[in-house]
Amino acid sequence: MPQVFNAKSNVLARATFLVAGLLLVVIILAGMYMTPYTHRTGIALDQPAPFSHKHHAKELGIDCRYCHTGVEEAPYAGIPATEVCMTCHSQIWTNSPLLLPVQESYLKKIPLRWNKVNKVPDFVYFDHSIHIDRGVSCFTCHGNVTEMNLTFKTNAFEMLYCLDCHRNPEEFLRPTDQVFNAKYEAPPNQNDLGRRLMEQHAIDTKQLENCWVCHR
Amino acid sequence: MEKGNKVNPADETRGPSKMPEPRRVTISELRDRLKNGDPGVWRSLEEIADDEEVKAFLDQEFPRHTAPWMGEMDRRQFLRLAGASLALAGLAGCRIRPIKEIVPYVKAPENLVPGIPKFYATALTLGGYATGVLVESHEGRPTKVEGNPEHPASLGSTNALTQAMILELYDPDRSQALTRDGRYVTPATFESDVKARLRRQIATGGDGIRFLSPSGSSPTVERLFARLQERYPKLRRHYWDAVHRDSVYEGARLSFGRPLEPVYRLDRANVIVSLDGDFLFEGPGSVRYSRDFADRRRVRKNSPAMNRLYVVESTMSVTGGMADHRLALRPSEVEAFAAALRSAIRDGASGSDAHGAFLSAVAQDLIANRGASVVIAGESQPAAVHALVNEINALLGNYGSTVQWIEPVVNPESRLESIRELTADLQDGKVEMLFILEGNPVYDAPVDLQFGEAVRRAGFSVRLGLYEDETSARCRYHIPMAHELESWGDSRAFDGTASIQQPLIEPLYNGVSPIKLLAMLLGDERSEREIVKETWQLAGLGGSAFDDVWSATLSKGVVPNSAFVAEDVSVSPFTAATSRASSSLEVRFKPDPTVFDGRFSNSPWLQELPKPFLQATWDNVMMVSPRTAERLGIEIDLSAVVVGGLAPVAELTVGGRKVKGPVWIVPGHPDDTVTVTLGYGRELAGRVGNGAGFNACQIRAQEGSWFAPASLALTGEKAQIALTQHHYSMENRGIVHEMEIGEYGHEEHDAAHEEMSLYPDREYDGNKWAMVIDTTLCTGCNACVAACVAENNIATVGKDQVIRSREMHWIRIDRYFDDLDNPRYVHVPVPCMQCENAPCEVVCPVAATTHDGEGLNMMVYNRCVGTRYCSNNCPYKVRRFNFYKYTLYPGTWDEETPVTKLLRNPNVTVRGRGVMEKCTYCVQRISAARRRAKKEGRPIRDGEVVTACQAACPTQAIVFGNWNDPNARVTAEKTEPHHYVLMEELNTRPRTGYLPRFRNPNPALKEAR
Repeated sequence: MPQVFNAKSNVLARATFLVAGLLLVVIILAGMYMTPYTHRTGIALDQPAPFSHKHHAKELGIDCRYCHTGVEEAPYAGIPATEVCMTCHSQIWTNSPLLLPVQESYLKKIPLRWNKVNKVPDFVYFDHSIHIDRGVSCFTCHGNVTEMNLTFKTNAFEMLYCLDCHRNPEEFLRPTDQVFNAKYEAPPNQNDLGRRLMEQHAIDTKQLENCWVCHR
Repeated sequence: MEKGNKVNPADETRGPSKMPEPRRVTISELRDRLKNGDPGVWRSLEEIADDEEVKAFLDQEFPRHTAPWMGEMDRRQFLRLAGASLALAGLAGCRIRPIKEIVPYVKAPENLVPGIPKFYATALTLGGYATGVLVESHEGRPTKVEGNPEHPASLGSTNALTQAMILELYDPDRSQALTRDGRYVTPATFESDVKARLRRQIATGGDGIRFLSPSGSSPTVERLFARLQERYPKLRRHYWDAVHRDSVYEGARLSFGRPLEPVYRLDRANVIVSLDGDFLFEGPGSVRYSRDFADRRRVRKNSPAMNRLYVVESTMSVTGGMADHRLALRPSEVEAFAAALRSAIRDGASGSDAHGAFLSAVAQDLIANRGASVVIAGESQPAAVHALVNEINALLGNYGSTVQWIEPVVNPESRLESIRELTADLQDGKVEMLFILEGNPVYDAPVDLQFGEAVRRAGFSVRLGLYEDETSARCRYHIPMAHELESWGDSRAFDGTASIQQPLIEPLYNGVSPIKLLAMLLGDERSEREIVKETWQLAGLGGSAFDDVWSATLSKGVVPNSAFVAEDVSVSPFTAATSRASSSLEVRFKPDPTVFDGRFSNSPWLQELPKPFLQATWDNVMMVSPRTAERLGIEIDLSAVVVGGLAPVAELTVGGRKVKGPVWIVPGHPDDTVTVTLGYGRELAGRVGNGAGFNACQIRAQEGSWFAPASLALTGEKAQIALTQHHYSMENRGIVHEMEIGEYGHEEHDAAHEEMSLYPDREYDGNKWAMVIDTTLCTGCNACVAACVAENNIATVGKDQVIRSREMHWIRIDRYFDDLDNPRYVHVPVPCMQCENAPCEVVCPVAATTHDGEGLNMMVYNRCVGTRYCSNNCPYKVRRFNFYKYTLYPGTWDEETPVTKLLRNPNVTVRGRGVMEKCTYCVQRISAARRRAKKEGRPIRDGEVVTACQAACPTQAIVFGNWNDPNARVTAEKTEPHHYVLMEELNTRPRTGYLPRFRNPNPALKEAR
């Protein structure tokens, strides 16, 4: 009986194993890439002081803009100066050990060094103020921070994520007075509302897709 | 197998594999070619030679970039390298996302919103004269200088030097500590030393104290000196400026009996005659004069008229390039011309000498425009010429209309006399304490004074300077000086208008300002701010409302009503005999158009600006005319184009002193004259400026401070200079349109030809950005290039890379000649054309360059993989490629010196290696305006987006705006009858258009040009 597999098949077999092995590696890498681990979504970072958005923004009801003062006029929302923390904390919780780093910063005039949770790459020029002005809520991109004890990233800010909205803003826009409202719920006719808002703000999706809107 | 290791991948210096045979052309051959053929306009002598090989070489996109592999290569070597690149490319893709930090303020400064730049009004001085500026500051980092529209010397524009002063501020080579005899000492040591010595001077009334400084116009400094003089009545002040204006004041003394300063009103002049005066580029008020000059030259439908400019000059100047009629004379011949012009105007005598026709035409034109004409003499001409010109202006009734005389803004003492006295005192040992504030006299004082030696004889010497330079090396103490952007001060503009200078940043390198130093000598402990404020309070600013007026003055940048009033003058005729022109070859000294007198030697931005007419970077050369070159026996070496600008080296001898440097032929340069520029050959300038060029100060003596008899001999050596004139050739395809004013509106430009396309037209229904550049107004002064560099984080690449045609400037100024001996000049600034049918877009394999809905041709750096196809396909050659990580280049400018990072515009990407870049129409400014307009719910207004080049342009030759707006300025310019675009036949439909170069020749001189 002749051999079912001739000598050449050895090569084929080896190649198959090799390809399969490589494929496996690729699948594993791709899988790793897609996990929250890579983008650090859903993972709270260590911070010098364990600041809780849930406590401040939800339980105490402090507006986003009390601390993030630049958000309506500047590209950066702004991280509050130690001084801003101390407006309240010079009076309350003055003895809490959790606040020690903040007090130290204030007294020694050494800035706090927070770890950046949400970031876009250096070649992306993102402007908070224009998004707020058009009715893109803080919570649309940052997730519901009012439910976060320690702050974490909700969305991986990759280009497709931005383009989703730049192409179809009607799915996301809110009336401008609801931008900072964490309890806002999109109405069932969101798309109609969104389209109306787009008209009102003269939002042109053709322009929003231009590379130079974000890259320059 | 046995080969392979001979490969030298770094070898790119050898150029293309086939080096053309050296071929030489004599200048007379070029002349024949010009006579017989009609090459139209051209950029270089090599171009006229029309050599096939040179042409083929220049046709390449990056002539010296793409050297083919010179080493031997076999299959294995190839596979090895290919594999390595693949593996490394994969590795480069791997990264761990680093966690970055956010560091907020502890106590936020008032009114500061991170991300929103603030603009502060201040003033920057050159030669003591202030230009009002608005400095952009990002979170406390000054990043960009703009002109102050409220300031009379600026009107919103600046020149290239002012643009580059922001880099000087950050220069990591600036001196950073106080030293005694080269060693660091504490300021307290210095203070106790100097105070002890000053105390000893009280007994003698300060007889041994000398101050040496360049021109300054600060009222506060004057006040402090007055206070010092009260304490030490015998203290003496001396002045030295390498670029001095002695002859202006001496001329005024001859004419009016006292030194006065001229201020010209070019907006009232129909006819302007310049005798060796470069009023559009050098000297006080040049930015303002450019604007006034241009406003009378802007040929439009509603104002189709121009002023007329005659230039008689002994070198190549920006003003000369703008002339309707230009006469190139040797420097010493100008005086005779001035005398003849005076006679012609006073006595009606017609000139009989060689320039008779020219002279009588000028005289008649001037007489016909009495009261609306002006004659301007250059500071390089002797006092006699100034006196003659003063008389001519009086004869023409120009005083009070086009010429005004004011009290001198800076001290009018003769600089030569002053430094001569100081040197004599030093040599006699009379100087016990010498203070040298600013300047660099050891480098640039007249060579025969041997000032450097004399300084050593001072018992005690203190130097206050930005750099630890040649002068510091000779002084006991060196004190780092605070930059003008770091300190409080005040200064006056060309017309006397005062500005308060306010600091943009704390001194980066522990510098102190001259005011601070003088106050310290007086024992005045107050801050500079208080001292400056007191000066103005004492001067009666605002009266009882001082505090309000002071704040308003600071925010506006101009002290109200501080311009000097015009003096009443009566001119006495100039009677002395004029000196005779020498018959030998002459050397003409000139401040360098980029590094000035050497103070900007360490500025890579300025070093890399192609010098007007010469297009040389990083070097100074000896400029000669084609005829002089012929006499010297210079031939044009065509192979030099391939190697990148090889110039013959010559030795220039003046009064027995010699200096060697490369000779370069400039069409239109006066015959028998060699122009050399100051500011090069520095030894202690810093890492960028050291060793560049040759030092013209070594042949510049007291006699012949501006020109002198000289001899020039070739040495037979060659030197490589980095010229950009062959770079990015557009092969002369109808780039330049020249017309005479009489032709305006006559011949409609053939713009109406049918455009055909297989593709549907794109609709631009929103904004449609467009630019128009008026070549009638472009003086080629480089302000736009410098402003672009500052705004767009453009890297400098260094001499070696410029030779390889790798300069990164997004806008280049092509200048064209049309004749060897008496050419006309045209400057064509070429930024990206933002084509509607852009050839670059269709060839990009990764869609890194695409079109947007407003017609911008976008370049997305983070997508670019560096194929360079786009650049290859660009007919205008406006794309620039980062062959290296130029942000680190020239090697010493980044990694160890992160301070220069503070300078960067945070709204523009810093491009890395392997990325293509180009002009974006300042898209960051468009974007900012768009966001602002959207938030306010309105369209972008006309004039709201001003590109960096447009803002800086002293003549406002660049107009930018929305072409869809019927009322926009750019739309009006686009409908001008002679508007044209470059290479229209390619149907690229550029958004950048041009207006032709109009000239206003005198009909009487039609033939003579």
